[in-house]
Amino acid sequence: MNQEHFGFLDEYAKKEVRRATLKAVAIPGYQVPYSSREMPMGRGFGTGGLQLTLALIGRGETLKVIDQGSDDSVNAVNLRSFIEMTCPGIHTTIRTEQADLIQSRHRIPEKPLREDQLLVLQVPYPDALVVVEASEDRRKLLHGEADYSRLLVKLYEDIVKFSEITISHRYPTRINGHYVIDPSPIPRWDVPKLHNSPALILLGAGREKKIYAVPPYTQAEPLAFEDVPFRVEDFSDEHGQRRSCVRCGCNSSFLDEYVDSATGEQVYRCSDSDWCNQQLEQQQGVEQAVEVANG
Amino acid sequence: MDEVLSVRGLSKRYGQGCPACYELTGPRFETNLCPRCGSVVAAHDVSFSLYQGEILGIMGESGSGKSTAVKCLYFDEPPSAGSAEFFDQGEAYQLFDLNNAQQRRLANQRFGMVYQNPHLGLNFDISAGGNIAERLLMSNVDNYAQIRQRAISLLSRTEVLAERMDEMPRNFSGGMQQRVQIAKALATNPPLLFLDEVTTGLDLSVQAAILDLILEIQQQSRTSMIVVTHDLGVIRLLADRTLVMKYGRVIESGLTDQILEDPQHAYTQRLVASAL
Repeated sequence: MNQEHFGFLDEYAKKEVRRATLKAVAIPGYQVPYSSREMPMGRGFGTGGLQLTLALIGRGETLKVIDQGSDDSVNAVNLRSFIEMTCPGIHTTIRTEQADLIQSRHRIPEKPLREDQLLVLQVPYPDALVVVEASEDRRKLLHGEADYSRLLVKLYEDIVKFSEITISHRYPTRINGHYVIDPSPIPRWDVPKLHNSPALILLGAGREKKIYAVPPYTQAEPLAFEDVPFRVEDFSDEHGQRRSCVRCGCNSSFLDEYVDSATGEQVYRCSDSDWCNQQLEQQQGVEQAVEVANG
Repeated sequence: MDEVLSVRGLSKRYGQGCPACYELTGPRFETNLCPRCGSVVAAHDVSFSLYQGEILGIMGESGSGKSTAVKCLYFDEPPSAGSAEFFDQGEAYQLFDLNNAQQRRLANQRFGMVYQNPHLGLNFDISAGGNIAERLLMSNVDNYAQIRQRAISLLSRTEVLAERMDEMPRNFSGGMQQRVQIAKALATNPPLLFLDEVTTGLDLSVQAAILDLILEIQQQSRTSMIVVTHDLGVIRLLADRTLVMKYGRVIESGLTDQILEDPQHAYTQRLVASAL
């Protein structure tokens, strides 16, 4: 039925992506250019991550695709079914721990990743310096010389104006003591997960034609000042209490804010839907076990 | 006296160049445009030494190559020929043999540059304090409180109100922008400072204040300076020794008093006669 080549891309294209990936792993944080192919979806819809996934996944392996923490959002569903269609013989899952390869946009799963797992992040803007330097030629020089003073000036100006660093996502992060990367639009909450991650993290920018990597067990330090350290989002309410997920009650996960359409109240829910479900199941499991014990 | 900078045979040519460029240009031909190939010889065979705590003036009309020479030394432009040796903390650096990263380190940490136009020396998208912070951050100071403290003390030294340090430079008057530029140049306590027409375009009272500031810096910090100007008054007030340039060549050099009292070259004589 499916006459397409396995993985949609031809073997040469896949080989090129793999070669760029190897180089990216060998030079942590360095943006390796590659000839991002035309995909049957618009650039900016995750084609960079998609090409990495297609070049790296093999028969019998298990894939999870998430968008903003959810497996069920339109982008995630479409990408997943496209990969299923073009890669016969792979399995898909929504369980983080069952996946060999996780393609994600905007989040790193709450559940810690393992050495045998691979995380692919979709990146819209790969170069952290783009906000301070328009010319790519000069950005390359700055990267080569590890001169990130202008990014730090931006942080300085933030503290002067707002008394804190206001970057909410795409937080510039220095990899292995040299290159500073744009870690894709993950929230600050997820940035510490890059540091010494057991899993290989690959970042693919389809429109900008760049692949870069945070190899396993590699240093990843968010840029900050000695006396104004990096910090993650604070989910405390006005009484200083940590907010918890209205669905599963978890008070250690990254929360999304909703407005309850019935009551008009602000409610918070886990952003990672698989995490939320597993928390619920665990509680129900405990309840059932208690019922069984009591019964 | 300790030598800080030794420049030998510095030349800068724009254009493709031909073997006759240097022979057919200069004051003798009253042009710096090569008649054979059309290249511009902006500066040729500029040599001088600069000693610690000394202010060297480079004087000349516009287009004489005085700014070009300084831009080459600050790595803004690569020279076509010549060498320059910089002596700092017991080390000698051949400036034009260094790689980009080494040049950048020297320019950021050991040199200071003040341009005529504050737009060249300051980033107008960030606050005055941010401009000073930039230079400190390039020198790997990464403590926010220390940076603030240093910026405040530099701005008060150059008489910019510390309360205005978080304002954008575009809100400042021309004289204040120039003071911020000087504060930025001084941020890393550089032993060598380049001043390119720093007072041009400012009104007289502001000029006087800026010149006072420069002299004060020289006396307090023993900073060596190269002052580029076409203004004889500035040269007379600041410079210990002076080079006079015309059509890219040094036509006269010596003690400032001597040059102003007893100019040897016809051009210098005219210049001095017209001004005094």
